[in-house]
Amino acid sequence: MSAPRLSLSHVSKRFETLDVLGDISISVAPGEFVSILGPSGAGKSTLFQILTGSTPPGGGVIAFDGEELKDASGKFAFMPQRDALMPWRRVIDNAILGLEVQGVRRAEAYGRVAPLLAQFGLAGFERHYPSQLSGGMRQRVALLRTVVQDRQMLLLDEPFGALDALTRASMQQWLERMWERHRWTALLITHDVREAVFLSDRIYVLSARPARVIREIKVPLPRPRGMREMSSPQATKIEADLLEALLGSSAIEFA
Amino acid sequence: MSADALPATALPRAARGSPGLLGRVARTIHLAWPATALVAAIVLAWEFYAQFSGIKPTILPAPSRVLAQIIENRQALVDNAIPTLIATLSGFTLSVASAFLSSVLVDFVRPLRRALFPVFIISQTLPLVAIAPLVVLWFGFGLLPKILLVALVTFFPMMVALVQGYDSTEKDMEWLLRSMGASRAQVFLKARLPSAIPFFFTGLRISITYAVVGAIFAEYAGAANGLGIYMLSAKNNFRPDLVLAAVFCSALLTLILFGGTVLIQRLATPWERVRKGGGK
Repeated sequence: MSAPRLSLSHVSKRFETLDVLGDISISVAPGEFVSILGPSGAGKSTLFQILTGSTPPGGGVIAFDGEELKDASGKFAFMPQRDALMPWRRVIDNAILGLEVQGVRRAEAYGRVAPLLAQFGLAGFERHYPSQLSGGMRQRVALLRTVVQDRQMLLLDEPFGALDALTRASMQQWLERMWERHRWTALLITHDVREAVFLSDRIYVLSARPARVIREIKVPLPRPRGMREMSSPQATKIEADLLEALLGSSAIEFA
Repeated sequence: MSADALPATALPRAARGSPGLLGRVARTIHLAWPATALVAAIVLAWEFYAQFSGIKPTILPAPSRVLAQIIENRQALVDNAIPTLIATLSGFTLSVASAFLSSVLVDFVRPLRRALFPVFIISQTLPLVAIAPLVVLWFGFGLLPKILLVALVTFFPMMVALVQGYDSTEKDMEWLLRSMGASRAQVFLKARLPSAIPFFFTGLRISITYAVVGAIFAEYAGAANGLGIYMLSAKNNFRPDLVLAAVFCSALLTLILFGGTVLIQRLATPWERVRKGGGK
């Protein structure tokens, strides 16, 4: 990794008396899928708030393509935890939200979204309202809205956290195939160990608050990944390592 | 996409089949009969009491007598309902427009909210009985004092509804828009304003009922014509049957206006209808 797309060194953050991020140093190479795995309430979302410019970092340096990140706008396409679809917008109008904000004309924005609808399993649903869709479909609309912004990097904040187990598994498989095809540079926040292993090239494990990186694990499983790859001894070993790191960190908290 | 089957609710509406006209009528009757039965019982009891207790019709007229008066004086009632309707709608339009503008203003300039809200709350504590004659005294017997009084009673609920609606915006939606590089005005137009739509219509439904009462009160305090002044002169002539006839008209007027707001809401928020129809 000679020139990481994104690198954070010693980033910290506190909100008044609450120490949220202790010392975070991570990097993501172009075309790499990296996950941040941590216990609930560890400040994982705070990291995204810092990256999207919602809140300034307390300390440390954030660099994007080798240059210090001053203004986050235009760099990241962000997908929030709950899909944040607008109930008053039809599927297609939710999908073009980011382009609309950028000032792209509506006809052109529709033109850019149209070829992706089928890949996202949304063909024929353009004119539906979000309330008419299943949870998995809503999540795909949200992801479509994220990728059409054509940013250099995706930030995914527990995108499948609200889905039932079966839908989540099918969405993970779908996302893995989509990633194979598009090779987005992506940073995923999750507390689901299996999800992290299934999707990532590399995984950082965070401790409980104040969050520090306690483990970095490569996932050299071949792609495309399926149930077979996931039940290989190698995958099982990685999962066990991750779980041990996670449980170890919270054990310290409760001691 | 074999892994994710299409949900039944995603099918076009026609494919799911709708209840049909007969079914809808049956449903309406089913929902409306308790209220209808209660009203009918009260009216019947009232009729019996007025007929057989020996009470004078100049004290308590029977519903049948009120109905007869409505039919007999229908022209006068309509002639007086029209000015009331005009005052109501003009005052209400003024109120909604100014509530909208001030709500936008306080949403963008936070300190203004802290300055204005106490003043608005105080405006709501003013007793209408005392204020109405004063407003008539200051602005005469024309349309203006009525518009102002209607606006006074309906402005605050509209304003509160809108401000609350803006604040109900999902935080993730605003975060998402900011991550896309949206300006404050864009966040307002694309997230905060549409989020307030259901609140706006709730406010509209509540304040349209206040609006008619406000207009009648203003006329009561002094007017050339209108249901309010009609009630006043009927009362002064010891004709409670005519007072009640006018009350019936004002209630009908309120119901029609209320129905109008419900209709506008249905037309303006197609996604709400889909949700109910889709059952998801």
